[in-house]
Amino acid sequence: MQLSDFEQALFDGVHGDAKARAMDLLVRYGEALGAERLVETNNVAGAFNASTPSIRQLAEEGFDSVYSKLNLDSDDTVEIPHVAVPTCQLITGIDNENWALQGVDAPLAKLQQESEKFLGKRGINLMCTCTPYQVGNVPVKGEHCAWMESSAVIYCNSVLGARTNVEGKESTGAAALTGRIPYWGYHLPENRFANRLIDVDIKVDDMADWGLLGYFIGLQVEEDIPALRGITHQPDMIKLKHFGAAAASSGGVELYHIPGITPEAGSLEQAFGPNRQPEPIRYTEVERRSTYERLQCATDRKVDFIMLGCPHNSIEQMALIAHLLEGKRIHRDVALWVHTPRAIRQVADRSGYTDIISGAGGVVMSDTCPSISRRLPKGVRVIATDSAKQAHYLPAITKVQGWYGSVGDCVDAAISGEWAGTL
Amino acid sequence: MADDVRAATRTITISGRKVVGGRAAAEALVTRETISGWGGINERDGSIIELRHELVGQSFAGKVLVFPGAKGSSGWSAFFHMTRLNNVAPAAMIFTRMTTKVALGAVVTRVPAVTDCDVDPLDIIETGDWVEVDGDKGTVIVTKRMG
Repeated sequence: MQLSDFEQALFDGVHGDAKARAMDLLVRYGEALGAERLVETNNVAGAFNASTPSIRQLAEEGFDSVYSKLNLDSDDTVEIPHVAVPTCQLITGIDNENWALQGVDAPLAKLQQESEKFLGKRGINLMCTCTPYQVGNVPVKGEHCAWMESSAVIYCNSVLGARTNVEGKESTGAAALTGRIPYWGYHLPENRFANRLIDVDIKVDDMADWGLLGYFIGLQVEEDIPALRGITHQPDMIKLKHFGAAAASSGGVELYHIPGITPEAGSLEQAFGPNRQPEPIRYTEVERRSTYERLQCATDRKVDFIMLGCPHNSIEQMALIAHLLEGKRIHRDVALWVHTPRAIRQVADRSGYTDIISGAGGVVMSDTCPSISRRLPKGVRVIATDSAKQAHYLPAITKVQGWYGSVGDCVDAAISGEWAGTL
Repeated sequence: MADDVRAATRTITISGRKVVGGRAAAEALVTRETISGWGGINERDGSIIELRHELVGQSFAGKVLVFPGAKGSSGWSAFFHMTRLNNVAPAAMIFTRMTTKVALGAVVTRVPAVTDCDVDPLDIIETGDWVEVDGDKGTVIVTKRMG
């Protein structure tokens, strides 16, 4: 791989051991990909926090060890300097306020907070959400980023028109210290054209419908780049957030185009560029229904846990849930957790939404989610969620049964204790 | 090895491109389905946990994992990284579709890995075949399972 003089100096250790380890990882990674060079990035979103029981032992050696081994793939511990470029922490394992409800013990909760002091001191912004674009990290079109979190990557590429691959814990760790990432994949303009065509033959309107469409498309195209034809309703951030999270879960979609809506596709022709338009894949009522059925892995209608807010809720979603719960009380056998970034939680607190949700018996959680933390209320057997992504992962990770439906169906189930959702 | 067994053995050599160097030889575990790292595998025993995956419940620990590539969460590399730390990593990886997830995952798992093969390894290699991987040369020698 071709390195600039500065990158070679980083590699040779002129700027310290940590940056040398970072460059070593980036070169091994770039060569594995077949990349010819690195590209400068000024926007890194990664996973740095120490928040799982498995990190405890390593953390006893200090947080330099945690970063060296897990974020740089270095066998030796090196002293971690201040990050070279703006960097944020994505979703983490522990809610700093509600850790006891999660079943986290006090020493582990303290470990995360100590870790955050270490990271903050080195310039890592503790946004602690899967949706940095909801709380101020909004890349501009064409900006080279190094982001983890598949639902954030697909949003960054498709809706914002910025450029990132799905990075990992180690590559973002190295990018933060060097401001470099392999110039490969979605960083190259010629790799950003659509190669699959989806004909959407039915109206796709609410959030649950966008989740189903995304889940269907991910299953059909895997890692390809779909362009959607036939979207008749203007989607908003909430719907595209869900759509992308679903497509990135069932497949590996990192970029899509909706001509007339997303920034790199003024038209279908522009979306495909030099690529030939393939035969369309049709999405009709039949596909919608089969996708819905595929997402249900529960048989028991008695639910005991409702998970809302994956990806993390916007303030509008918090307002809607508060509205649906106003004056109601959730079933005594049911736990309801609603997830939103901490910055948005503050607005929800101030707007009275948190009080309404907790008054009804629910909990507003931040910083984490049950799939990331692998933590649910004790004894949960059957869950319901408004997230196709969570319905995909949570049953596999935690061995629970899962229902998928609209936010309204989920809130109804929280109140009645019974799943009555329908398509 | 008895002569009649040797006679029944069939060896095939596949050429590809180095992803990660090093050499390993082990039994193959083959799937035509992409694999999720985070949420798709148990990093403590190397088993596939994705409910609808054809390999659900089976472990790749110590096997040559032959698969199309990675899907799902960006935690892919971190989870395969942990299989190495927990001594349940695959012995080697052979895959057909390059992505950042699988490249970084192979790099930090530090096992020999090969891609861009001259024939589709998923057409040649079956679970149980004996597979020797030379990551530096990018070669894969497959000894077909008897019977």
